Amino acid sequence: MKTPIYLDYQATTPCDPRVFEAMAPYFTEIYGNAASRSHAYGWSAETAVDEARRQCAALIGAHEKEIVFTSGSTEALNLAMKGVVEMYASKGKHIVTSLAEHKAVLDTAKHLEKQGCEVTYLAPGPDGRHSIEQIEGALRDDTIMVAIMWANNEIGVLQPVREIGRLCKERGILFLCDGTQAAGKIPVDVEADGVDLLCVSAHKIYGPKGVGFLYVRRKNPRVRLVAQMDGGGHERGMRSGTLNVPGIVGLGKAAEVAREDLEKDAAHSLAMRERFEKRVFAALDHVHINGDEDERLPGCSNLSFAYVEGESLIMGIKDLAVSSGSACTSASLEPSHVLQSMGVGDELAHSSIRFGFGRFTTEDEVDFAADQVIAAVSKLRELSPLYEMVQEGVDLSTVNWTGH
Amino acid sequence: MAYSDKVLDHYNNPRNVGSLDKSSQDVGTGIVGAPECGDVMKLQIQVEGDRIVDAKFKTFGCGSAIASSSLATEWIRGKTLDEAMAITNTEIVQELSLPPVKIHCSVLAEDAIKAAVSDFKTKNDSESGS
Repeated sequence: MKTPIYLDYQATTPCDPRVFEAMAPYFTEIYGNAASRSHAYGWSAETAVDEARRQCAALIGAHEKEIVFTSGSTEALNLAMKGVVEMYASKGKHIVTSLAEHKAVLDTAKHLEKQGCEVTYLAPGPDGRHSIEQIEGALRDDTIMVAIMWANNEIGVLQPVREIGRLCKERGILFLCDGTQAAGKIPVDVEADGVDLLCVSAHKIYGPKGVGFLYVRRKNPRVRLVAQMDGGGHERGMRSGTLNVPGIVGLGKAAEVAREDLEKDAAHSLAMRERFEKRVFAALDHVHINGDEDERLPGCSNLSFAYVEGESLIMGIKDLAVSSGSACTSASLEPSHVLQSMGVGDELAHSSIRFGFGRFTTEDEVDFAADQVIAAVSKLRELSPLYEMVQEGVDLSTVNWTGH
Repeated sequence: MAYSDKVLDHYNNPRNVGSLDKSSQDVGTGIVGAPECGDVMKLQIQVEGDRIVDAKFKTFGCGSAIASSSLATEWIRGKTLDEAMAITNTEIVQELSLPPVKIHCSVLAEDAIKAAVSDFKTKNDSESGS
């Protein structure tokens, strides 16, 4: 078994060999510019891009003309939010979003606020979910867009996308959904789910880094955007810049494989997660699943180990490549904004770890990982004055701590 | 983040982990920090005369916090109360090569020593005074 064991599939995924193989010729042999209309090199590249566009569209139930290639989801979200706000300024200036969104949405929203936009940030419930009533209650006459993600990147919790889509349709409001974690992992159908704008990143679905797309609805309603990148008018004027042909070919292939293997991949990821959680819960007490236990991505398990601090836990599971729910490791002691938005206390937020399972995770890896987690948590709890106090029956909330 | 070898050594083989009887007359207990800050240290000393004959700790915190408190117990064993009170966080920082973002761990360890000594003194002063 190769260590560290990769259990960070929400951060990125390895490139599938089938994808890598499909991309290879586009670096060295078929290197034309897809915008070159006057020779065979350009035509071959364009044909490949067209094929990728069809593969991407098929993954989410869209039409190929609705796919705008970008450098990834962050750019797609920037384009969608800024492009819509600029285009629909005469209609309104209000956006509804969630405090648990990715920074690509939150920071873009803050940027738009400085330009006069008004943004309502909704707090999810303790389960990480938003109710349709809560979203409906935040809508105003001048609301032009609702931006709610499909699946959260930290806790994997799924939002009621189809209901939000229906609500937005009724009210004539655009629905932007960050599909980065969801597409290729669970069924996504922009028609049935009523999504108007959706982003996907190749590297989350076993494709290459640095490429993704924005789905922009063409009918009912036709969504219009003001381009945020000016230049040669590529991508129907919505995103200028020479197309990253090898990347796009990889994205297309990754989308195709993800669509064909969706059920198999999802069942495998779920089996790995269940195996892991079962083993951990059998051995340890005071472990919490962050986010709704059922409505979450099959391959995501965000757990808090009470009375153990996250960074020391990461040190103890050094053979596992995982992410911590607190940003201690990046030298700022801020707990995750997602966990905070759900009302998870700082102590539990500090001790949370995200375990991500995917296409290439094996049972042996899961067992090894679970055992290392169990050993590290048990050891740190022997060291933990908090665990000792709880064993003695002390209610930690009644202790007069000397904060520093 | 890269940890120094000494931090890793204390993390992997913490010295003097455990608890002393906090109700005992010759034991001083210091608990500093707060769970929501991500660090809580409990440091206990057993005193004979004015000399620390045993020290134990338990720490909830990062590797540097665990190492700082583990080192603190090593250093104060055998010292007099005054000598223990003279230990500063900078010495801990130097010994463990702590980076700037982890200096608070050493401060907490110094505070824990002082809190334990202070608890011991309070306990014995009030007893002798009553």
